[in-house]
This record gives sequence, C-alpha cells and structure tokens, in this order.
Amino acid sequence: MPGALLALFFLHAPLLVLALFSFNAGRFTVWEGFSLRWYAEAWQDARLVEAAGNSLLIAAAATAAATAAGTLCAWGLWKRESRVLMLGMSLSLVTPEIVTGVALLALFQWLFRFGGFRLGLHTVILAHASFCLAFVVLVVLARLRTMDAALEEAAMDLGATEWQAFRRVTLPNLLPAVLSAALLAFTISFDDYVITSLVAGVDTETLPMVLYAMARRGGSPVVNAISTAVVFLLGAGILAAEALRKPE
Amino acid sequence: MGAHLELRNLVKEYPGHTALAGLSLEIREGEFFALLGPSGCGKTTTLRLIAGFEQPTGGEILLRGARLDGLPPWQRNVSTVFQSYALFPHLTVRENIEFGLRYRNGPAARRAVEECVEMLGLGDKLGRFPRQLSGGEKQRVALARSLVLRPDVLLLDEPLSALDPNLRKQVRVELRALQRRVGITFVFVTHDKEEALSLADRIALLRGGRCEQLGTPQELYLRPRTRFAASFLGPVNWIGGVGLRPEATLVRPAPPAGLPALPARVRAALFLGNCLHVEAEVEGGARVLAEVSRFDGTYEPGQPVYVSWRPEDEIRVRE
Amino acid sequence: MKSRLRTLALAPAAALLAASVGFPFVILAAYAFLSRGAYGGVMPPWTLENWQRLADPLYAGILARSFVVAAVSTALCLVAGFPLALFLARAGRRKNLLLALVMLPFWTSLLVRTYAWMFLLRDTGLVNTILLRAGLTSEPLPLLYNWGAVVLGLVYAHLPFMVLPLYAALERQEPHLLEAAADLGAGEWQAFWRVTLPLAAPGIRAGVLLVFIPCLGAFLIPDLLGGGKTILAGTLIQNQFTASRDWPFGSAVSLALMAAVLVLLWLEVRRRKEPLL
Repeated sequence: MPGALLALFFLHAPLLVLALFSFNAGRFTVWEGFSLRWYAEAWQDARLVEAAGNSLLIAAAATAAATAAGTLCAWGLWKRESRVLMLGMSLSLVTPEIVTGVALLALFQWLFRFGGFRLGLHTVILAHASFCLAFVVLVVLARLRTMDAALEEAAMDLGATEWQAFRRVTLPNLLPAVLSAALLAFTISFDDYVITSLVAGVDTETLPMVLYAMARRGGSPVVNAISTAVVFLLGAGILAAEALRKPE
Repeated sequence: MGAHLELRNLVKEYPGHTALAGLSLEIREGEFFALLGPSGCGKTTTLRLIAGFEQPTGGEILLRGARLDGLPPWQRNVSTVFQSYALFPHLTVRENIEFGLRYRNGPAARRAVEECVEMLGLGDKLGRFPRQLSGGEKQRVALARSLVLRPDVLLLDEPLSALDPNLRKQVRVELRALQRRVGITFVFVTHDKEEALSLADRIALLRGGRCEQLGTPQELYLRPRTRFAASFLGPVNWIGGVGLRPEATLVRPAPPAGLPALPARVRAALFLGNCLHVEAEVEGGARVLAEVSRFDGTYEPGQPVYVSWRPEDEIRVRE
Repeated sequence: MKSRLRTLALAPAAALLAASVGFPFVILAAYAFLSRGAYGGVMPPWTLENWQRLADPLYAGILARSFVVAAVSTALCLVAGFPLALFLARAGRRKNLLLALVMLPFWTSLLVRTYAWMFLLRDTGLVNTILLRAGLTSEPLPLLYNWGAVVLGLVYAHLPFMVLPLYAALERQEPHLLEAAADLGAGEWQAFWRVTLPLAAPGIRAGVLLVFIPCLGAFLIPDLLGGGKTILAGTLIQNQFTASRDWPFGSAVSLALMAAVLVLLWLEVRRRKEPLL
C-alpha cells in the first residue's frame, strides 16, 4: 500500500512541480512568489503564438480527416473483416515513431521529384492524419462491436438503403464514440514531435517543435508556462474523450 | 391460384459448409407457414435469403412470379421481425413504427399507422423508448413496424423464443389471430415443434439444407415419412419397423380383442399427475414408452402386460 | 450481401494506410540497398554496404545497447508496476477513480512530461537546488544527460502501459482463490507466488510487450534526457536522416529496428494464436 502511494506520487509529482513553478515569480528554482508573468511572456512571443496556431490548425485538419476516414473504415470492417487493413493498422500502431517519420520523409522527398512541392503544413497534416487513423478505427470499431448488427438489417428491411441505414440508425448511436475518437486524435496530433519535426520542412513550426528547441537549449520558465497550459488542454480533452467513450 | 412465394432449388454455400443444398417450396398466399428443423438445418438461412440479407449461390426466389433474388432488401416487399426485434433504441415507439414510411408516400401510409397501432394495442406507448418496454411489447412494436408497410410476406425469426414461457402460450394465440386478421402470408422459423404444430397451416421440416417433409401439422405428426421426421415431431416407439406415438401405445393386462398385441414386462411406471408414463420391455428387447390415462389403472415394475395399438395409428416410414 | 458502399467506405483509410505504411516502407527497403550521394541524396549503385556497416561493432553495439536499455526499463516497469496494479485491483469501490488517476498523466504531452524531468534533474533543477540548499552536497549532482536519466524517463513514460494490462489480469482473478490457497495451507507470500503471479502471466506478457517495443524505438526521451551522450537506435536513425545525411544507412537501421519489433510481435501472436487487434 505505501509502495503504491509512492508510485502514484512518482507519477504525478513532476507535472505538479512543473505546474507549480510556472507560477513562480522568480526565474530559477527558488520560489519567489506567485506570478503570471511567464504566461504573459509566452502570450507575447510571436513565434510561440504562430507555432501554437499551426499546431491547432494541423490538429483540426488531421482530426477531421482521420475521424471521417476512420469511422467509415471501422464501419466497413464491422460489416466484414479485412485482414489486410487490420494488418496495415497494426503496423501503423507498432512502428516506432522515428521509423514512421523517416519513412514518410523518404516518401515525400521521392514524390516531390515529380512536382515542385516542398515539405510544409500539408505534409504534416497528411502525416498526422495517417498515424491518427488507427486510433480512430480502434475506438469506433470497439463501440460498433457492442452494437446489434440486426439494427441496420432491420432498417434495410424497412426500405432504407445501406447508406440511409448507416446514417439513420448506426451513426446516431455511434456519435459519442466518434467524438471520443476525434478528441483522442486531436490530442495525439497536437502533441506529436518526432514525426512532425521530420516532415515539417524548414518553414513550418509547431508548438512541440518550439518547446523541444527551447528544452534542448536548457529551458526557461516560459517553457514551464506553455507546458502547463498544454497539459491542461490535453488533459481536459482526454477526460472528455473518456467520458464520451463509456456507453450510457 | 399459383404459388405466392416460391423457392426453386435454392442453394447456399459458404466456404467450408453448405447451408442449403437445393430447397424447393411453394408457399400459398395468406398462409401461416412454418420452417421447422434443428439448428444448422438451414431454416434461418432460408429466411435471410428471402429477406435479401444474403444472396443464394444457386436457385431462385419468386414472389408472385417475379424474381426476388438479386434485389437488395430495401427493394423487396418482404418484411422481417427479428429474433431480438431490433428496435431502434434512439427512436420512440412511434418513430420506430413510422421508420419505413419515409420510403413510401401517400396518405394511405398515415392510416396504416393508426390501424396497426390500434390492432396491436400500442396506443398508449407511442412516446416510449424501446428500453422502457417489456419483451411482449417490443414484439408488438416490431410487428407494427413491419405490418405498417403492408408487405407481401412477413418473415418471423423464432418469434416466441425470446418470450418467457408463461407469455408464450398467450402470444401464440394472439399471433394466430393477428395473421388471420391481416391476411398476409406469414413465414416463421422455429426449432420448437409445439410452436410449429400450433401456429402453422403447413410446415416444412428441414434437415441438412433440404426439405425432409412438407405438409399440414396433422400430416407431419400422424404420418411422418422418415424416422427423422417422426422423432423430431415427438417421441415415438419403434416396434419391428412400425412406429407408435406414446399416446397411441396401449398397455393392457390382457391382449385386447381384434388388435395386434405383444407380450411385455413393465420396467417403470411414472406418475406425472395428469397421466402415467409406463416403460415396458417387449419380448425381443424393444423398449416402449406408453402414455396411459390415469383412469386406466396402475402398473408396477415387473408386471407382465400386453402392448397393443390400433392399426390406423401405425407410422410406417420409407427408410 | 455484396456491398459497393462498404468498399467505398474502406477506400480513404486504405489510401491513407498505403501512403503511410505501404509505400514508405517500400521506399525505405529500396534505399537500404542504395548508396549515399555526394550531397546526401540517394542514388545507385545497389549495395550491401549499409547492412555490412550494421554489423560493425560500433553500430551493432548501439543496437545491442538499445535492447539492453529497453530490457532494463521494462524490468523496472514490471517491478514498480506490479505492486501498483495489485493495489489498484484490490482497491474496492474506488478502483475506477484510482485507475483514472494512474492513467491521467500518461494522456498528457510526452514532451512536457520529459521536460518536467529535465526541470527536476538538471544542474540548476529543483532536486539539485534542494540538495544544495539543504547542505547535502556542495556541488550540483550530474543527474541529467546520462543513462540513468534515460532509463528513469523511459520508466516514467511507460509505467501506465505496464500497469493497465497487469491490472486487467489481476482484477479478473476470483477473490476466493487466495482464500482457497490459505485454506489449503499456503502463507501470504506462497499464495502470491503460486497463485497470483502465475495467473497474472498473460498480463505480464502484454505489459512487457507494450513497454519493451516502444522503449526499443524511443527517440525523444533518450534525446532530451541523454543529451548527446547516449546514442540508441532511435537517435541513430534520426541522426542519419538529418545531420549525417546518410539516408541509405538510416534506412537500413530503421528496417533492422522494424524487423526486431515484428519478430517480437510475431512470437507473441503465434503464442496466443489470435490477431493483435
């Protein structure tokens, strides 16, 4: 029991400490009083704001794409399995991020020979949509498997085409899981560093990229502030996703 | 009048096993028809083929002479009541019933809803959701939802199995009355012989993907043509190639005049309340179970008796 | 029922997967057999040189070290995670709340959580500040930029992955089993060793897999917490594709890493005789 409590403390302490010191008026690890100056400084840093904006944009676009493609894919798999697709998604999930990143980079560079394209926001969005896909399928398919397949058949029996049956019967009951998957995809996308750094090219920066650069250089209290803000944003997102995932 | 619903040499094969090996049936309009058989005999597959959820590997399905196979479910004027009822959980009873009407038009549709609701006694439940309904109520909503579309054929998958036993007898009667009232061809699938015997005008006994015997309940019970059919429709005693139902198997202390009789010895006599089950062993080794009225005396193990029967009760099979 | 709609529904996902899993790996496989160009590109001649370099003690050592670090981290996760999972499984009514508490930090940013350890461990970090202030040491301890920090970071990041399957396996065990064991004469430790532990084996296997494989291919944590002093497979690959500009060699290392991951998975899937998803 005490070992367990120690473990719990160990799990949460670093983040709590970070959050605490983000409000530290002083610059160093000596408490000098409560202050929001680092948050203010972060807010005024143009580079940070632009990077955060990019991260939000990428996450939104990638989430939309991954959720749409993933939900449809999960539905297709629910009706009849496809071992090839399951294998592809398993691969997507177990491949180390660094390998996915360099593989995508190699693909993009090879493709760009045929056109005048460069790495940028669009390649990041495509990359994010790809690695979020498997997560979306996982969540939505799990929910579909708890649903009665006879419902869609009943709808078709009563005159609805396949698409109408999906839209009027399955989708309404699936919506919480779809939203949960979307939130999951959003948080995964927003936080990604490894793959993004490889396929973003020179002109595009995301928030994790900026954070990484600042952390590499030794960090600053501003990093504490952004980190805490990010943690709260993502934490809230995940809690909402979990709440939606549980069927009533 | 020609066949209303006709199955011609229907074959359905899956990788690894054959569900239907050539089924041919003619179902008449307005009939209450039963597909009876053990699990794996192909009865549910047949239903799904008629409904359109699967396509046959071979053979044809015709409704009023027009080909049905090849059409998707939403284009067939055939409606299904699922074993689990498959009511849409996010819609109210009224919305469930009206679901299919969106694909039809006309004021006749509105009237159909009111009629079905009244006929099935759902007037006060229209605003409820499926999870608030009992098993019997759910079935009635499922029936209303299908009947409102005036299908040519109504398919029912094990309609009584999901109900608890007390409810079953009552629903049996109501279902039969309903079918008579709407006059639509009902085709239902069951593994329960009692269900089939009590509800159906005609029964098709299926086995191994083929029709073993087709006939009225009386024909199937009293004159089965194979051993399988005989034993599926109820317990049967076999004595030297002749089959006898327990209630037709007579046990007497002395051979009755004018009837065939075999000497036997009582092995057990069980009092079941309304009758006696007497197990007797005929000379030669065959064991029989006789259903004896409790007014016809008592029997003791070891007692010598005679097993007898009326010739017209004999079941002779072709095998 | 044949369904054109279903095929359409699967198409976008199939395209995305082909683009992110299919084609890239084909390209990497090709690159692994090509040579490095003068300015860092990829060009013929076809060669086995990249694979021969992998056998070089320097690089083979890096790969071996990646295995060792992953193994050590996994073992530590198991040792730390088992008591925690046990505690959660026996927690009674507050089980779900406690489980959420354990999982919650995992769902926030990995980058942030890794940086948090940098904040704690570096020379001017909180731990050193406290130690200096308390007079326990006269100079800041080099807690960061070494193997210890990397392992700590890996354990910290992946602990929830170990706890979750362990918890699932332990929670499923009937509470009466331990009572039966006691009834038959086993003491607490014996009951644990002979009943609880063997029954938790599937959970242990799942947890080990879920931790070992990501640790094997880890990049961010070794990079940030190890500085430039710890080179593992992940950092090696990243280096080849950026600073060193040796894509063919990087491809070979990537494929070698992937091969190791796939072999491990195949062993487990074959054992379980069921698919992964």
